[in-house]
Amino acid sequence: MPSDRPLLSLRAAFLRQFLRNGRGIMTRPADVANPLLFFFMVITLFPLGLGPDPTRLATLAPGILWVVALLASLMVSAKLFASDFEDGSLEQLALAPYPLAVTALAEVCAHWLATGFLLALVSPIFGVMLGLPNEGLLTLLVSLLLGTICLTLIGALGSALTVNIRRGGLLLSVLIIPLNVPVLIFGTAAVREAVLGGNPESWLALLGGLALGSLVVVPLAIGAALRVSLDS
Amino acid sequence: MWTFIHKLGSPPWFFRFSGTLVRWLLPITVTLLLVGAIWGLLVAPPDFRQGNSYRIIYIHVPAAVVALAGYYLMAFAGAVSLIWRIKMADVTMRASAPVGAILTAIALVTGAIWGKPTWGTWWIWDARITSMLILLFLYLGVVALFEAYENKTAAARACAVLSLVGMVNIPIIYKSVDWWYSLHQPASIKFSGESAIDSSMLYPLLLMIVAFYCLFTVTLLLNMRAELVWTHRESGWLKQLIGDS
Repeated sequence: MPSDRPLLSLRAAFLRQFLRNGRGIMTRPADVANPLLFFFMVITLFPLGLGPDPTRLATLAPGILWVVALLASLMVSAKLFASDFEDGSLEQLALAPYPLAVTALAEVCAHWLATGFLLALVSPIFGVMLGLPNEGLLTLLVSLLLGTICLTLIGALGSALTVNIRRGGLLLSVLIIPLNVPVLIFGTAAVREAVLGGNPESWLALLGGLALGSLVVVPLAIGAALRVSLDS
Repeated sequence: MWTFIHKLGSPPWFFRFSGTLVRWLLPITVTLLLVGAIWGLLVAPPDFRQGNSYRIIYIHVPAAVVALAGYYLMAFAGAVSLIWRIKMADVTMRASAPVGAILTAIALVTGAIWGKPTWGTWWIWDARITSMLILLFLYLGVVALFEAYENKTAAARACAVLSLVGMVNIPIIYKSVDWWYSLHQPASIKFSGESAIDSSMLYPLLLMIVAFYCLFTVTLLLNMRAELVWTHRESGWLKQLIGDS
């Protein structure tokens, strides 16, 4: 049966998929709030475990904030493609006449706005709570904005690889933690450099390069991985 | 040349060919390992600073070199399997992951044993050690992903995607860990005496590296043959081959 609807342009298809996912996320506010709550609670654990000494907390703060942000992104990416996989809409996407890499990227973008982006926006508050010096707060925000793009994309790849596996949650962490190492190193280095009064621009530029590079490469891998998961 | 490569893709042909190869390569490997070990451990002169403890490099360096090469072989096989859907490439990839992981572990453990008398500590967060550790994690991720899938064809393709992404990431990881190390470098440790290595120590080391490459190849081939026997246990050609010999 020939379709009587004209084919959407790639950009329109991307936008439609993006909005569809964005609306889907908006109907479940708990999915947006829980990662932030997790971030908040794990941050609280560190002063309890390490002792309340402000100077020591301040020196550890860049590392703590970044590691916890990485863990939060691990927690949320496990479910990224799960609901679409279960209700069959992922299969429809794979059959659609648009590259799966592009439509999957639209989903990842919506997901990032609801998780990584928000997490980066609120991170200075937690930075203040851990006694991070004021010079580091803006760099923390920018580095997390750029870094969460990479973290979300790599997390989406892990989710695409494990979506068809029962109890894939821990496996996902095993797969993507080693891939996230450079992001963590550049991110903490930027914040630490800013706290020491240096110029964090080179580290931020590296993070931005990683983010752009992964935006180009990782969606292709996500598309391939989704097809594997659908075939198996 | 092309017919040879095409033949490699056929399991029965590969099974027969690898059988012959192993029969020749196994004695060569054992000889090389024995000669290299005796030369390195007994004949080569002791280091004037480290004494005899440096001799562990005859295991450590070859294992580390081949472990890294093994990852590239795995990723290359993964690319071949994704592009041309060749079954034997899947088998190669699947078989090289555990071998590479074990070699990486050997490199890490021998490094720790060497570090105790030389640096005075088992473990140090040095750039090279840390990147080897992350390489081990990458290997283990591929093994874990393969084990998690019920459908082994899909498992091979998923692992191929993962190992390709890992291969793109390895240079970035190495560079970033390098920079991370220079960021908070402890001042007490200097890696000296290794850079300008004397030829009396270098030749046995090169010999051992060749021996480890052979060892890797033999182990890989044996692993692949075991895998072939398992997956084709119902096929006529295998029963015929095993019945013949």
